[in-house]
Amino acid sequence: MLLESLQALLPELNTAVLQTIYMVAVALVSAIIIGLPLGVLLFVTDEGLFLRNKVVNHVTGWLVNLVRSIPYIILLVALLPLTKLIAGSTIGPTAASVSLSVAAIPFFARLVETSLREIDKGVIESAVAVGASPWMIIKDILVPEAKPGIVQGLTITTISLIGYSAMAGIIGGGGIGDLAIRFGYYRYDNTIMITTVIVLVVLVQIIQIGGDKISRVVDKR
Amino acid sequence: MIEVNSLVKIYSSKAKEVIGVNDVSLQIKEGEIYGIIGYSGAGKSSLIRCLNLLEKPTSGEVKIDGVDLTTLNEKALRKARQKIGMIFQHFYLASAKTVYENIAFALKAAGKTPKEIDVRVKELLELVGLSDKSSQYPAQLSGGQKQRVGIARALANNPKVLLCDEATSALDPSTTKSILNLLKTINRKLGLTIVLITHEMEVVKEICHRLAVMQDGKIIEEGLVYDIFANPIQPLTKDFIASVLQFELPQQLIENRKGTIIKIQFKGAIAEESVVSDLFQQFNVKGNILHGKIEYIQDVPLGIFIMELTGEDKEVERAIAYIEERTQNLEVVEHVA
Ligand SMILES: Nc1ncnc2c1ncn2[C@@H]1O[C@H](COP(=O)(O)OP(=O)(O)OP(=O)(O)O)[C@@H](O)[C@H]1O
Ligand SMILES: [Mg+2]
Repeated sequence: MLLESLQALLPELNTAVLQTIYMVAVALVSAIIIGLPLGVLLFVTDEGLFLRNKVVNHVTGWLVNLVRSIPYIILLVALLPLTKLIAGSTIGPTAASVSLSVAAIPFFARLVETSLREIDKGVIESAVAVGASPWMIIKDILVPEAKPGIVQGLTITTISLIGYSAMAGIIGGGGIGDLAIRFGYYRYDNTIMITTVIVLVVLVQIIQIGGDKISRVVDKR
Repeated sequence: MIEVNSLVKIYSSKAKEVIGVNDVSLQIKEGEIYGIIGYSGAGKSSLIRCLNLLEKPTSGEVKIDGVDLTTLNEKALRKARQKIGMIFQHFYLASAKTVYENIAFALKAAGKTPKEIDVRVKELLELVGLSDKSSQYPAQLSGGQKQRVGIARALANNPKVLLCDEATSALDPSTTKSILNLLKTINRKLGLTIVLITHEMEVVKEICHRLAVMQDGKIIEEGLVYDIFANPIQPLTKDFIASVLQFELPQQLIENRKGTIIKIQFKGAIAEESVVSDLFQQFNVKGNILHGKIEYIQDVPLGIFIMELTGEDKEVERAIAYIEERTQNLEVVEHVA
């Protein structure tokens, strides 16, 4: 009986997993494209660094904190008008990826900033002393030196996003969370509930192990 | 080559102001190895970091090759920095880059093509003796090897000046020696002007032509290394010299002597003359050497001897006068009349 209900569930589960991966991937790409430069900006404009700029640093920092201080579930609802504007709809995985991106960008930016802080100031200074331009220092020194930390940040962001994406399921965002809510919560179907939990646990483990591995490989310290 | 005029560096934070460099002026000639020595907090790093504007001077001029760096815009300053190499106590190599890539970065910063970079990096690896370590990461190198990479990186764009901030302080004595030898070779081969900060007189003695002694942000004594060794004036300078030329006799030894204890210093050519044997031939005194040492500073001998002279008071006095005349440098440590 258990096997039977699982079998019936398989196509649904398959779609749900793919939807989750899709939402998380879109948000991750946004985090890399926008969050990474934002994190670098937070770092290089700080006191004592080669592009120090109080105004830019404070405004960026304030914005990042603002978004980060809003619980995701509230952000999700608050962003519905924006979601409608960008995705054309407020339900489905594409719609969910809008708010997921908005949450992921500042989250990842802070993680990038933190890993940049771990670089020895002297290494940055030696690049300044050699006459390198700010862009070269960012591209050739900062990002490669912080790579292990950035990869770890990416892992943490991905895992958090999987959690958030399940919340997006509450308002019909699709994905594993949606599946769990529709079947597990509204229909009291324990099989589905447990299956989705297992799928999530496995997914998170794979990402964590993979992330750690990559981080170790790029770490030359 | 380097001219610093009335340089002041004040670090100001909300709480207070700290003076790093307090009105320093100096001139360093082309091809010279110029040492700056001082205890921790004297302002040595502050001073050397002002020479490539890693630290922005509060006031004063820093002229390298006739150009006042403080007047340059960002872009011109970057160009100027490519001609001022710098090496550091803790090397500061990029850990994610191989030896090759670390050196290549400096060339890339100067806008060289990949082909030019490849040729130059190989040349530099040869120069510092690391051709076989090209594809290693800094974590796989010893301290001495890391500093060699630092030197190669600093020399990449054929600078006219090399700044060394405690470049050997993290290294053991024998590695220190090999790095100093490398710096000496570079200085001679390339005619590079070197500014070298240290707190070890040993290093100064080994390599520097001229020396400045720093205390509380000021240069308190400056001159040719030999002259400073032979004739230190400031107490701090004497302290540093004593770290290399230690001549403390045990008090008990001095007390048990019957004669006159004198300290003679022979400078330069005099050190090779037979002053002492002349002395014993001409005067009826006996001599007993208690301590003696000849140091070679930049290959010029500096001899210091502590002797006990015994004999008739009159004769001893005449002997002392004789040495004084020959050497111009004699100190009577203890006179037992
Ligand atoms: N970035 C900074 N901010 C504030 N004060 C500083 C800074 N750098 C140096 N100082 C202060 O300036 C003074 C001179 O420091 P500096 O580092 O130049 O000394 P140093 O001679 O190089 O010492 P050390 O041998 O320990 O390296 C010290 O009092 C130090 O505390
Ligand atoms: Mg210092």
